[in-house]
Amino acid sequence: MTTTSLVKEELKTKMVKTQTMTGSEAVIQCLLQEEVETIFGYPGGAIMPIYDALYDYLDQVNHILTRHEQGAIHAAQGFARTSKKVGVVFATSGPGATNLITGLADAMIDSTPLVCITGQVASPLLGTDAFQETDVIGISMPVTKWNCQVTKAKNIVETLAKAFFIAQSGRPGPVVVDITKDAQFELVDFHYKKCKTIRSYQPKPQLNLEQVKAAAELLNKAKKPMLIVGQGVMLSGAEKALLEFAKKTGVPVASTLLGLGVFPGNHEQFVGMVGMHGNYAPNVKTNECDVLMTVGMRFDDRVTGDVSKYARQAKIIHVELDAAEINKIIKADVPVWADAKEALEALITLVEPKKHDAWLNEFKEAKAKENQVLLENRAKDFPEQMTMDEVLSLLSDLTKGEAIVVTDVGQHQMMAAQFYEYNQTKSNVTSGGLGTMGFALPAAMGAKMANPKKQVVAVIGDGGFQMTLQELGTIMQNNIGVKIIILNNGFLGMVRQWQQLFFEKRYSFTEIQSPDFVALANSYKIKGQKVNQRTELKSALEELLNSDSAYLLEVKVAKEDNVFPMVPTGASVSEVRLQ
Amino acid sequence: MENLEKTFTVSIFTENTIGMLNRITIIFTRRHLNIDSITASETEVKNVHRYTIVLRTTKEQIDKVVGQIEKLIDVLKAFVHEDKDVVHQEIALYKIRTSNLSNADVEQVIRENYAKVLSVDTQFIVIEKTGHKSETQALFDKLKPFGVLEFARSGRVAVTKPMKELSTYLKELELNKQL
Repeated sequence: MTTTSLVKEELKTKMVKTQTMTGSEAVIQCLLQEEVETIFGYPGGAIMPIYDALYDYLDQVNHILTRHEQGAIHAAQGFARTSKKVGVVFATSGPGATNLITGLADAMIDSTPLVCITGQVASPLLGTDAFQETDVIGISMPVTKWNCQVTKAKNIVETLAKAFFIAQSGRPGPVVVDITKDAQFELVDFHYKKCKTIRSYQPKPQLNLEQVKAAAELLNKAKKPMLIVGQGVMLSGAEKALLEFAKKTGVPVASTLLGLGVFPGNHEQFVGMVGMHGNYAPNVKTNECDVLMTVGMRFDDRVTGDVSKYARQAKIIHVELDAAEINKIIKADVPVWADAKEALEALITLVEPKKHDAWLNEFKEAKAKENQVLLENRAKDFPEQMTMDEVLSLLSDLTKGEAIVVTDVGQHQMMAAQFYEYNQTKSNVTSGGLGTMGFALPAAMGAKMANPKKQVVAVIGDGGFQMTLQELGTIMQNNIGVKIIILNNGFLGMVRQWQQLFFEKRYSFTEIQSPDFVALANSYKIKGQKVNQRTELKSALEELLNSDSAYLLEVKVAKEDNVFPMVPTGASVSEVRLQ
Repeated sequence: MENLEKTFTVSIFTENTIGMLNRITIIFTRRHLNIDSITASETEVKNVHRYTIVLRTTKEQIDKVVGQIEKLIDVLKAFVHEDKDVVHQEIALYKIRTSNLSNADVEQVIRENYAKVLSVDTQFIVIEKTGHKSETQALFDKLKPFGVLEFARSGRVAVTKPMKELSTYLKELELNKQL
């Protein structure tokens, strides 16, 4: 046994006995019991006792001081999404807590396990409009999986145990525990017991074998089956089962945005991403396949386009853990209400081995056509300037599709989804459901904290970067070796693209000026360079990747490039446009 | 059929925790659904509370809403029923001037509607009527010409026609946990 594990063991034995301590210390002890190693946060009046207790435990738990609470929560999201752990956030009452709301909404819609602990004014002051008092429970209710206010120290332990259980079980999500300042000071007998069940909460349904059999029957009869995989595969740890299932059935595998990486991007059965800016083939083939099986995805409107024209010809198998998602948007012919891993493992035994070479070939031909059209158009429209796709293709090649790529929101995000070949699970971190600009920089810090040995690259637009650039300070102070690529087109590019296509090029407030990003990085002691010429790109990317500390690379790209393929709003997926 | 608006009674069984009402109602708010009536009380099982919500919407919409309600951590079970599947009742109170009681027509109205006089004051009397909304409304319309000083109607309370008891559901939930 190593010294650290010895200490941990000793700690655990110690914890079995009841100890008297303050509510604040109990909070920290709870985190240790849940094996939390990293906390992202920002102190303030109402959470000071907890920060004071934390000060005694810095040898056992790491705290990262961000520059804004939004940075803390996005960092925790990046941390959770690239590890198997819960992201933990500390924030104070009032503005500290309200600054978490965007991250909570983002984590809620993208199913990310978080436990956010907020300080609150002392309980006698609740409802008095006290300094920095805000109704955190009321405000965060619609954007949390669960939240709870604690006003007595004796309830801290049980509530936090419940919080960790809820955050990571079933369909994961963010939890807020709001602790009043008097509860933090109060003494409590500490005895930790992990929460394993809650009477009113069923995280996982029992696998229904009838449903699985029905799904297998449909698949066995299918001539043109197609599979769409989502983040649910990753959340249930079903990547291996998926690979085996795909190999056995020979089915073409497409992915949602958040599903990228759950199936290797370089696998011959991988046919690309579906949706508004997804690949041509999987969009068109959605309306040609005879059986459409989806696993761990929720038919987001960006995936389906016009639902009345979505896969009408196909029998639909929807494998989904969250019962409320089944038949919410698209009616399933065979719903499989189950954990993705359990369902896939059961299906593997029931499906017949098949090859669908001709069918798969149709996808490949369409992909080739798509590549050709996109490349020709870009060459024609932008003969001199660099475009985002080439930066991402080159990044993909240089990292062999094995880096963790964290993207923000907009054109660069879709380009990364299309041109970075995600070969590993948990390597794609992006704000999918909520579309939060400013997500990438802090989320990349969190991803790097969870994966210190991996290459973590944040790809960000010039607009999104300026929403949370203060986190460069966090990167500096904590030596977080994230690599930052800013694709600078001088526009809020995605909105500009829509203005060009649907608002007669009326560029209303989408042109954006930026500071000297490299000088800015330098002022935070972060190395960097700016690239204007294609000839400089490769060596600049290599320098970025080889740097052993944080690095910022700004690439000047064509101002008015557009993301294609594109399914215009209200159109059917089969009406996907290549130009 | 699925898109036809109808009256639905949603019965929700929850743990007794602070903020439950808010957690439930924001699910309706978010979908721009207006609640016609709502009542809440403890059930036959201690610490299990029942919310009865009545609203008009489509079957498709209400099924989705109930799915979201069931996702709430502290919700034990939620059901949705059409009027034919529940036995339901409301209570209404009507305050009218005592002087009006000497009017024979008022007495007639009370008798015919099986209402009862709940309280008599020198200035006003309070009449109580239980029944479906249409019945309590009908009495209001009849009393209106005589001057109704105040009128209050409760939300719907309802029990379901199927015989399964709440405690059976609770046992099933406990069993599921042990699997």
